[in-house]
Amino acid sequence: MKGRSIPWLKFTAPASFYALAQRLVPWLWPAAALCAIAGLYMGFFVAPPDHQQGDAYRILFIHVPTAWMGMLLYLLLAVYGAIFLVWRIKMADIMARAIAPTGALMTFLSLWTGALWGAPTWGTFWVWDARLTSTLILLFLFLGYMALHAASDDREKGGRAASLLAIVGAVNVPIIYFSVEWWYNLHQGVSVMRSDGPSMADSMVAALLLMIAAFWIYAGAVVLRRAQVEALSREPRTEWAQAAAVGRLTRDQRQRAAADTALDQQPLGPEGEA
Amino acid sequence: MKKRHQRLFLVLGVLAGVSVATALVLNAFRDNMTFFITPSEVQAKSEVPDRHFRIGGLVEEGSVERVEDSTKVTFRVTDTESSVPVSFEGILPDLFSEGQGVVVEGRISPEGVFQADNVMARHDAEYMPTAAKEAIEQAEGSAEDIGDY
Repeated sequence: MKGRSIPWLKFTAPASFYALAQRLVPWLWPAAALCAIAGLYMGFFVAPPDHQQGDAYRILFIHVPTAWMGMLLYLLLAVYGAIFLVWRIKMADIMARAIAPTGALMTFLSLWTGALWGAPTWGTFWVWDARLTSTLILLFLFLGYMALHAASDDREKGGRAASLLAIVGAVNVPIIYFSVEWWYNLHQGVSVMRSDGPSMADSMVAALLLMIAAFWIYAGAVVLRRAQVEALSREPRTEWAQAAAVGRLTRDQRQRAAADTALDQQPLGPEGEA
Repeated sequence: MKKRHQRLFLVLGVLAGVSVATALVLNAFRDNMTFFITPSEVQAKSEVPDRHFRIGGLVEEGSVERVEDSTKVTFRVTDTESSVPVSFEGILPDLFSEGQGVVVEGRISPEGVFQADNVMARHDAEYMPTAAKEAIEQAEGSAEDIGDY
């Protein structure tokens, strides 16, 4: 692999990543807030009540985005974990670690809102069907990743063990997604991603899409911010981190730090393995 | 072979191995992965299972009978092929109604009536505004005829 020929690879250097995130995050917060306000307005005031459930169905505007977000973040976690295991890029481990708490939060929210919805509509807040059980396992995988990562005093070792767990656990995501097609569940089948189009009124789909956008952007902002903090804390005494901590990271410092990282990450250089 | 290529194959190997193992396990436990069985599957069994289990299907149209001054109710669960009579005493979920999906939990009595100790409603994954539903019922048309909401 010709490392230097791939432009985004420069963001494997914590200093370059930090500067990029610093520019992105201030835009992501207001964008997430705007989408959330618009989505909640659509969801509560524009979308009509459902003919069976009345207003109870409106919880899906939180439930569906958080459930999707949990699965998506887990896949990202596994991909970053694999990148860290194979290429030993520290930034991948930093990203994976930054993703885990948000993924756990999203999965927890989807289980919680699902229980709140299930109690009146199904007549039970929890059953051990395949969809619900595999989602609970997803929550445990996120928590297990965080615990395993923190268990070792050596961050490198902890990261490797946790990354392996992340990759093994990735098998669970397709099980969650396809569980409603493979087995009979109490949980209903798909409503939105259907080949014959969503089985929902248009205004409901619009509100749902806005809420999904809000959760995507929120997750992006909070993960980037967390990764920034972690990047700083992993190299606290370096010149770039000292400068960044007081908000004065210059282009020069950034490029020097990126060059140092490139030296550290020998496998990424054009010559390959040492 | 470079070291990182070895690691890449190792990671891919782990992923493939875990996937195959999971697929085999899920296949072996197929009968236990399903949350309920259908009335047809109940009929197909030569002997009635003498244990607690779940049947899922639709509440047959016109089959719901409530006993006065009690929370006792009887109805039939159907998958349009065959149906099973169910008797239940307790509070039914909001979504319970004729023609709707339902999962009943309990055991079959010697007379062939399913004695449910728990009734759960199943959502059909269709979301429709109340006004649209009424319009459809009036026109007996399809959802496409009634425009946007």
